[in-house]
Amino acid sequence: MSVLADTMAGRRGAGAHRPLLAVLHEWVVTVDHKRLGVMYVVSGLAFLLVAGLEASTMRLQLVWSGLHVVPPGTFNRLFTMHGTTMVFLVGIPIVFGFANYLVPLMIGARDLAFPRLNAFGFWAFLFGGLLLHFSFVGGEGLYGGGSAPDVGWFAYAPLTGRAFSPGNSTDYWNLSILVMGFGTVATSINLIVTTLAMRCPGMTLGRLPVYVWMMLVVSGMTVIALPPLSAAQIMLLLDRFLGAHFFDTQAGGSAVMWQHFFWFFGHPEVYILMVPGFAFVSEIIPVFSRKVIFGYPMVVAASMAIGLLSMSVWAHHMFAVGMGSPLNAAFAASTMLIAVPTGIKIFNWVATMYGGRIRFATPMLFACAFLFQFLCAGLTGIMLAVVPFNWQVTDTYFVVAHFHYVLVGGLVFTIFGAIYYWFPKVTGRLLSERLGRWHFWLFVVGFNVTFLPMHWLGMIGMPRRIYTYPADRGWEFWNVVASLGVAFQAAAILVFLVNVVLALRRGERAGDDPWDAWTLEWSTASPPPPYNFETVPVVGSRRPLWDLKHPDDPDGPHE
Amino acid sequence: MLRLACGVLLLAAVTIFTTSPATADGNGGVQTPSIFAPVSTPAYAIRELTWIVLVITGAIFLVVAGLTVYAITRFRRRQGDDGREPPQVYGSLQIELAWTVVPILIVVVLFLVTTRYIFAIEGRPPVPEALEVTIVGHQWWWEIRYPKLGIVTANELHVPVSDPAHPTPTFITLQSADVIHSFWIPQLAGKMDVVPNKTNRIWIDPQKPGGYVGQCAEYCGLQHAGMLLIVAVQSKEDFEKWAAQQQAPARNDAGVQAGRELFSSLACINCHAVRGTTANGVFGPDLTHLMSRRTIGAGVIQNTPENIRSWIDDPASLKPGALMPAMKLSREDLDKVTAYLLALR
Repeated sequence: MSVLADTMAGRRGAGAHRPLLAVLHEWVVTVDHKRLGVMYVVSGLAFLLVAGLEASTMRLQLVWSGLHVVPPGTFNRLFTMHGTTMVFLVGIPIVFGFANYLVPLMIGARDLAFPRLNAFGFWAFLFGGLLLHFSFVGGEGLYGGGSAPDVGWFAYAPLTGRAFSPGNSTDYWNLSILVMGFGTVATSINLIVTTLAMRCPGMTLGRLPVYVWMMLVVSGMTVIALPPLSAAQIMLLLDRFLGAHFFDTQAGGSAVMWQHFFWFFGHPEVYILMVPGFAFVSEIIPVFSRKVIFGYPMVVAASMAIGLLSMSVWAHHMFAVGMGSPLNAAFAASTMLIAVPTGIKIFNWVATMYGGRIRFATPMLFACAFLFQFLCAGLTGIMLAVVPFNWQVTDTYFVVAHFHYVLVGGLVFTIFGAIYYWFPKVTGRLLSERLGRWHFWLFVVGFNVTFLPMHWLGMIGMPRRIYTYPADRGWEFWNVVASLGVAFQAAAILVFLVNVVLALRRGERAGDDPWDAWTLEWSTASPPPPYNFETVPVVGSRRPLWDLKHPDDPDGPHE
Repeated sequence: MLRLACGVLLLAAVTIFTTSPATADGNGGVQTPSIFAPVSTPAYAIRELTWIVLVITGAIFLVVAGLTVYAITRFRRRQGDDGREPPQVYGSLQIELAWTVVPILIVVVLFLVTTRYIFAIEGRPPVPEALEVTIVGHQWWWEIRYPKLGIVTANELHVPVSDPAHPTPTFITLQSADVIHSFWIPQLAGKMDVVPNKTNRIWIDPQKPGGYVGQCAEYCGLQHAGMLLIVAVQSKEDFEKWAAQQQAPARNDAGVQAGRELFSSLACINCHAVRGTTANGVFGPDLTHLMSRRTIGAGVIQNTPENIRSWIDDPASLKPGALMPAMKLSREDLDKVTAYLLALR
């Protein structure tokens, strides 16, 4: 604890004994982008443990047909909380936490443009998350048993109406996400302004690190996509408390309208979570391949294309709603089209590795697994865009497999890669490579054993979100396999936690630049001082540290 | 990791070919509702399309994963590396153009194929010989109505087999009484959501007699998992026999007079209908020919006398959350009502 606190404050070794309260106070009132970033990521990881426990319980319930590990109502609350937590309390805070920490360092700034707004964003997120989890004790109003939301993470109307969801559990879902939404939009605006206005001398837009470019796109998507969700949630509040009828089908409201609102947020949201994953590997792969990223302009352009196209694909979640053939075909087209810029990126990463001298440190291992798993995710995504096939497998375990390959095989893997990569910068200590390898291999095996069979389960007819299933469907074998994988994943997470604790206590000193990297954050101390840079850096290319290390062959002329 | 993935894929492929899902009555046997075992035109079309798409995406996987494996193994840092940086390659317009254009071409082809299948499946007009059925989704059961035949039943859809030479498809109108459900029998067609305030249509033309299973595919509340559906595909003669039997009024068995009177005097008739009696409720399944069905509780238990009795006593003990309340009848009354229901054949 104290090592973390001290290193974060840039007081390596000095004044190690401060009262806990004083340290906590410093963290609570801080407006430093680095501390807020760390708090985002740490709380995101804490919620990851919660969501993981929820998922493990569900896998236990589904091992065999007809089990009674949890009652049906609890199962429904578990999958609702698991999905909501993973998207809003794990994915978003971790990717924005990293951006908080890294963007100012990478562009040579001393903080974000609006430090107080930044603190507001973090606390809005944290209070939203705590509010959501308070529903476990208070969903029915603190009397009777607690009840968390049970309407699914996309909360389809009219299941969320007063008639079908009495009590307050749906209100917890609604209000907590509304609160977090405001925080996330505030942070996005902050990142956009910071990137546009606070770059150090020489850091033109064309020299932004790929990571910063991608987070700029992510922030733009967030500002456009999140407010429609907030608007829909306010409509739902009006429905539930003031007798409005936006989604109240019994009074002429529209159930399909909620879906349009939700997925107009929900699909860009997938890219809001995935593009940061791309951003992480776009930094990790070049450094560990010892090569500049292949086709920088194309990678940036592809990210912007994804940002634009992501606004036009939402109704591919609704192919079975009965929209009619022309609309189905139109959304199939836009969905297939978005595969093109995504595919381009994979080629760019492979081309970056091609001809390199690849060092398989833990961050690179995670990045490589990401490449294969995200390829699977992308290809099943294209399959899902094939509307008639989608009619068969939407709302089945095929979709569950697909989006876990996206969000775990894609995002969570890159997050772990990013943690191994930037942990030495943040704490001044290296994570153990040996434990890192254990973490990686256990997680790769566990993840694929759990989620690969789910593709097949969906194709042989198993719908998602069922708390049990008939014994005569032939689904049991693959469910057993899927649940076995959970044990490996849990072991991997345990190894990771041990690794972090050991590294904080007696990890190897990292030095300023342990990976021999090229972006600006590696030019300052580890951990960086509160003011980030003693003198504001001046850059002349996309890889300022390459220029310093290779004065004979700087990047500038090649760009 | 790749080896593992290949292994599991191989295993999956083997299972595809070794387990042929039983499409017969499935008495005691495994009955897997696989999309690879279609028996009706939309499902056949989708299987065909699935293979096309699997081949295309499979080929892309092999190419891209192959390139990645090659780059990873060929260019790993070897022992005795001199620590010099490799040549820096900043990009290549030609190569990047190629790997942009080729995927666009693949996407165009895939889109055209997809569109053809969408319109072929969704665009089929009803023929005069088609059977019209209306299915209403409820929390958590299916109401099945044959408007032209005057039949109302629940949870077990009976349709005549369709001869490809002279198709007699079934056109289904889907409506919901409460929240969104989704109608899905994988071997017959893709799914179609059942949305309140919206009428959706779907069609099937099963070409092999048998029982086909499916279940609600859109999360619809507490007992979403307990909303199963059976489609009984029958020969024309069997279907007509079944229809005639369903059209008959409820049997008026003198032996269960006491049960009938009790039933009519209880809250049962607020929700359930028995045609030809005072019971005309619409919130629960029509019971006129209850005993002609294989299951009760939307497929969660077999339709046996003991199960009927337990169900009347306390539905939640068999299907937690079922909206029918426990009737709290005395043992004697329970026996009487059970006897009455058992006579509704």
